[in-house]
Amino acid sequence: MYSEPYIDPASAHAAAAPIEHRFNPYSDNGGTILAIAGSDFAVLAGDTRHTTGYSINSRFQPKVHTLPCDPPILVSANGYSADGDTLVRRLGQRVQWYSYNHNKAISVAACARLIQTMLYGKRFFPYYVHTIVAGLDEEGRGAVYSFDPVGSYEREQCRAGGAAASLIMPFLDNQVNLKNQYDVQTGEPKTAVYLSLDDTIKLVKDAFSSATERHIHVGDHLEIKIITKEGVKVEYFPLKRD
Amino acid sequence: MDAIVARYSRTAGVEHDDLRGEEQYDCSAPSSLPLLSLPPISQPAAFLRAHTDDASNPDCKIKIAHGTTTLAFRFQGGIVVAVDSRATAGSWIASQTVKKVIEINPFLLGTMAGGAADCQFWETWLGIQCRLHELREKSRISVAAASKILSNLVYSYKGMGLSMGTMICGYTKLEGPAIYYVDSDGTRLKGDLFCVGSGQTFAYGVLDSAYKWDLSVEEALALGKRSILAATHRDAFSGGSVNLYHVKESGWTYYGNHNVGELFWKTKAEEQSFENVPTDFTVDA
Repeated sequence: MYSEPYIDPASAHAAAAPIEHRFNPYSDNGGTILAIAGSDFAVLAGDTRHTTGYSINSRFQPKVHTLPCDPPILVSANGYSADGDTLVRRLGQRVQWYSYNHNKAISVAACARLIQTMLYGKRFFPYYVHTIVAGLDEEGRGAVYSFDPVGSYEREQCRAGGAAASLIMPFLDNQVNLKNQYDVQTGEPKTAVYLSLDDTIKLVKDAFSSATERHIHVGDHLEIKIITKEGVKVEYFPLKRD
Repeated sequence: MDAIVARYSRTAGVEHDDLRGEEQYDCSAPSSLPLLSLPPISQPAAFLRAHTDDASNPDCKIKIAHGTTTLAFRFQGGIVVAVDSRATAGSWIASQTVKKVIEINPFLLGTMAGGAADCQFWETWLGIQCRLHELREKSRISVAAASKILSNLVYSYKGMGLSMGTMICGYTKLEGPAIYYVDSDGTRLKGDLFCVGSGQTFAYGVLDSAYKWDLSVEEALALGKRSILAATHRDAFSGGSVNLYHVKESGWTYYGNHNVGELFWKTKAEEQSFENVPTDFTVDA
């Protein structure tokens, strides 16, 4: 958030001495996002707290967006919110142009490649964001793609991004992909199966309330967007306000 | 006059465009390079380093995924390519499931070390250039030519902060099996055997000790896999799983994903190696 530059009265007298100014166009607005793909659905959730440093600027600044296409695609770019909002706005325009140019809706796979070219287009002046998209693939299965700030991407079953990614991701590895879980009888590693939508939402809520307990940049509200062949549903869940 | 000089003295495919910075993909440009926007300042490379280079500025905000072990070697039966699958950003493991072999087309493979986005983006771009060559020349591109397109590209960006160490592997009638090492400094080397990345030394240690030209395909795949396993064991920045490929005249074939979690104990038991690692942890009183 913009604030007036602080002028140190002591150094104001020594105006003759050269002052080094460094170009710093970035800031970190906290928050965290999480996506999980199911057999015929995908969810993308994010908290709504907006911060700079120790200040809470807003308790309700949603960052999970639905792209203007049909079937819809969910996207969130977490990190520096100005860059994130810009990326999502430009992506929305590109997705509309795609439908005008090709007379069909964009697929999630094509949308993911488009995001790569958009992020890499600013390789030398990056968007400071961790981007996640969720939607249904051409077979109707849930699809989640995640991106680094300069556009390297991968399709995954689940991914957490942003401030509390390091708190949530290990939980997801264990509960979604059943990592380090073994069958009691055989001792063989368990193989992951698709979660039901109800279980997925329970998992998302637990992940966020736990992250809220241990991370100062996460809290206030949880916004969960659920995408199925029927369209997009939104659910809100209160998080702690402290 | 200055405007004219400025117009014609740019590095390939980069554009100063104030803060608007919208990326464009200009197919009509003679070089067919995507236009990459630059920050509106005098030292873009220094700016990028200050914000993204983990080594020179540990608390930089934008962490770019690094750290890898990749290898490829030529032998009697073609080429074996083996890689790990870990991506790190500082000490955070960003992913254990990265695809570090980029399938440029059914005959060409590229490996990924250094910046994940740089490798992924420019090697898919290389795929486009190879397809265009095919359409223009009515014949498949040689590995030498393909690797040179990439090395010329990265050289045109020299000093701008690209980071990639890659092996372009392929098989053509003309060349037979061929491997070219290409990195972001502009180095391009033809060779029989390369290991690239933070775990390269560990992989070389195992690979060099057992490598022979006359290896069977099965032996070669096992050696590639074993060399990556050794690297994942000693290099903290490498791990996850091993991805294996074999390249021969008919193109490449994938030989599976091998999780280090199981592969390590299986290997240890089968060949009685890694004897420094205890199997049971019972402590005598």
